[in-house]
This record gives sequence, structure tokens and C-alpha cells, in this order.
Amino acid sequence: MSVYNTSEFKSGLKIMLDNDPCSIIENEMVKPGKGQAFNRVKLRNLKTGRVLERTFKSGDTLEGADVVDVDLQYLYSDGDLWHFMNTTSFEQIAADAKAMGDTHKWLKGEESCIVTLWNGVPLLVSAPNVVTLTITQTDPGVRGDTATGGTKPATLETGAVVKVPLFVSEGERIRVDTRTNEYLSRAKD
Amino acid sequence: MKSHWQPLATREVLERRALLLRQIRAFMVERGILEVETPHLSQSAATDPNIHSLTLALRRPESDVTLRGYLHTSPEFPMKRLLASGTGPIYQITRVYRAEESGRIHNLEFTMLEWYRPGFDHVRLMDEVSELLNNLGIKTAERITYGKAFTDRIGLDPHNADTDCLVRRAAALGFLSEPPDHGVLLDFLFSEMVTPTLGRDGAVLVHEYPVHQAALARIRPGKPPVAERFELFLDGMEIANGFHELTDANEQRRRFERDNQRRRAANLPAMPVDENLLQALAAGLPDCAGVALGIDRLLMVLCGATRLDQVLAFPFDRA
Repeated sequence: MSVYNTSEFKSGLKIMLDNDPCSIIENEMVKPGKGQAFNRVKLRNLKTGRVLERTFKSGDTLEGADVVDVDLQYLYSDGDLWHFMNTTSFEQIAADAKAMGDTHKWLKGEESCIVTLWNGVPLLVSAPNVVTLTITQTDPGVRGDTATGGTKPATLETGAVVKVPLFVSEGERIRVDTRTNEYLSRAKD
Repeated sequence: MKSHWQPLATREVLERRALLLRQIRAFMVERGILEVETPHLSQSAATDPNIHSLTLALRRPESDVTLRGYLHTSPEFPMKRLLASGTGPIYQITRVYRAEESGRIHNLEFTMLEWYRPGFDHVRLMDEVSELLNNLGIKTAERITYGKAFTDRIGLDPHNADTDCLVRRAAALGFLSEPPDHGVLLDFLFSEMVTPTLGRDGAVLVHEYPVHQAALARIRPGKPPVAERFELFLDGMEIANGFHELTDANEQRRRFERDNQRRRAANLPAMPVDENLLQALAAGLPDCAGVALGIDRLLMVLCGATRLDQVLAFPFDRA
């Protein structure tokens, strides 16, 4: 695997730190007028999701991590594992509950997901940023309440619960932003 | 594709820069300090292992020989040669180049004001720096020794603390110095804990540096011995660095050689030493003090900018 110097630490670069794969978020040079220069680096541990800050001497090196993002299609879950397929090679890969986190609550099948692989094994699965799903349960809205006003919880066909405006009703299809858990609009189809 | 042809600095900032340059030149003219120009491109380079020169391959059309040239990282050496030739006080405003410097307050090239005062020590030059700032409407709030600034904020005496204490303190802040190096640890702790707090309410001049941080300053014997060096801080940024200049050619040669040894140890190329400077020192550099000041960072302070690229027409990624 390649080795990277602090001057090559760019946002998104994947490196190994304390035996865990990390993604660099930010790299700021800290330099006294004369003397040793440093790089203050903010990284995300890709296994734990935690953000940490470390300082390196400029010129220090870290080993690269074999981490790649691939687009895979979600097929099905067998209860323990979630199965994905590469739509060009038809190769199938399974992600465990840890890699899935709560991503599964947005998936019903055939979605294209970004799967982060570390040494070929799924480390993290991201749902599409926006999904369209059917509401399976929500209380009826108060009559006369239209575009403005409050919200109510709605359960979606995948089991996810999101807050929706009062005028949206059971059986409707809605668009949801999976990054913020927020209702966007009614689906137009 | 996002278009990148426009300048980042606003018209207002461009005007403020032009005004700042006029104000500085007026200040220098009034004091009889001569404006000079020296080469950007040189056959020798800074040996400091923490400063990286941009290297050019110079091919002469009439021969197969390729010469190596270096873009200056500061006009210091040729300016000292001018001083040795008897010019008297001189100043220069010039672009300088530093490879591997980029970030919120760094750019590959930046504008430096550098001036030298024969007969001054670093204390008198600090006075003059304060006068220049006052002329620009920046008040100088405080003058503090490195030792006091360090002890006040970190609780350790930089001149006497043992290296283990520094290692522990740095590790708690996410920095491992491997192997432990006293000078590197001081640089880290000062940059991390002290610098961001300096100059929040007017300019701060820090002086009397530990001998580890002497660079090209004279060392005054004593307990502890201190380097006759100062730095100017504004808004948590280092703006200027000044020295009571080293004039001893033999000591200068030893420091160049030690720098090159450190470079080799760190797998960095050794740099050709400026023999012309050493000859000038041998011929006699007048006792003097000199200071280099970053114009772009000063302009950031004057404009209330938070990033260097807000005061540059074209930072390197648009250059």
C-alpha cells in the first residue's frame, strides 16, 4: 500500500491510524515563523465514525488505507446480513449489521447505495441521499390545516419513522432526505 | 465547471493593499531608509530544514549544462551583502516563495517587507516596529518575553522544563514527538497554546527566545542564555520576525553546516550555502537588527479578513 506525506493529506484521503482506517476531513498547516512546521489534521475513524484531531510534524508519513467507495445495488436481507450486487460484474457482497448501522431503515430493495469497502469488506453503507417511500401508518390530519403549521409522525413501508406535515395521509408516497431524516415533498408520479 | 478567473480580493481590499504599501514607503522615506531590490532567483538557498525553496532547472541554450536555481524564501542574504558594502539602513518589499506552504494563512508566494537598521539592537527595532504599526492605526499593547508568555499559558518554564514534561503535555494535545526533540516540542506547544492567544487586543511583541529557537539571532549569555530575537503577533497570527543579527562568519558557517546535517538526517536535500554572504560577513557586516514582516497577514488584520486568500488577488490555486 502507498505511503502519504503530510503535504498530500487532502480531504477525503484514506489512511491508517492506530490500525484503523480513517478519512481525512481537514488538514491545516501550523507553522511558527522559524522552526518546525506542523499539520493539524481532523480525521474520521471509518470504523467507529468518530472524529478525532491529531497533530503531525510536517513531512511525517502515514500508510494509505485500502478503502474504496463503490456503487452497489441492494438486493435483500436474510436477517443477519444485507446483500448487495455490483450491477456490472454481478458480484455479490454482504454487509453486516455494524456496516449497515441504521441505513437499512431506508431500503426496500433495488436502491443503488454507496458501499465503502476496506480490504474488500463493507465498512459502511450509505443510503441514497433521497428516497421515495409509501406511508403505511399516520394519524389523519386536522381538517382545514393546509400548507403551514405542525407536523406528525409517519411510519414508512421500510419501518422508518419521519415527521411529516399534517396534510399528508396514509398510503401517500413521499420523498425523504436520509441524511437529515427530513420530509421533502410528496412524490409526483 | 466553476469559473476561476476572477480575483478573490474585493476592490476595497485591493485599494487597502495599495494604501498600505504607500504608507509603508512614506514611513521608510521619512526615516531615510533606502528602498532596494535584490534577485528573486539565486544559486544558493536557505539551509533551514523547515523552509523549502522552490527549485528551478535552468537550461542555457548555448550549452548542455543545466544549472539549478532557487527562488528566494526571504531577501535576507543579499540585503546583508548590501549592508556589508556600506549602504546604511535599507528596506525591501518583495514577493517571496515557499514550497509546501498552503492553508488558511499560508500561500506559496507572499509579500514580505524586510528592513535592516545598522546600529540598532532588537529592542530599538521593536520600538520602530511599534511606531510603524501606530502609523497604520494599530496599537501595540504588550511586550512580553517568550519565557513569560509560555509559562503564563502552559505553566512550564521553556528554558528549564525537562523534555519528559513537554512530551506529556504535547501528547495530551494529540502530538507525539518521535524521537522526543526539545526544540520541536517547544515549537508545538507555543504554536498550539500560546500563538492563538496573542494579539487579540492590539499587537504583542514576544522577545528573548530559548536558544533552541535562535535561528539567525545572536545569543546573549546569561542564566538562561537567550536568543536576541522577537516576533510580532496580531489576531493570533505571527506577523513578523526580527533579530539582533549574527555578524560572525564562522558561527554563521557552523549554523549552515548544522542545518544541512539536519536536512540529510530528515532525508531532505542539502542546500548550497551562500558563500557570498559568508564572505560579506568576513569582510564585516555592521552591527545591526533586521525584521521581516508579512504584508498579506498585516492586510488581513487591517481588513478584518479571516483567510489569507481574501486579501490576495489570485492565491496559488487560481494562479
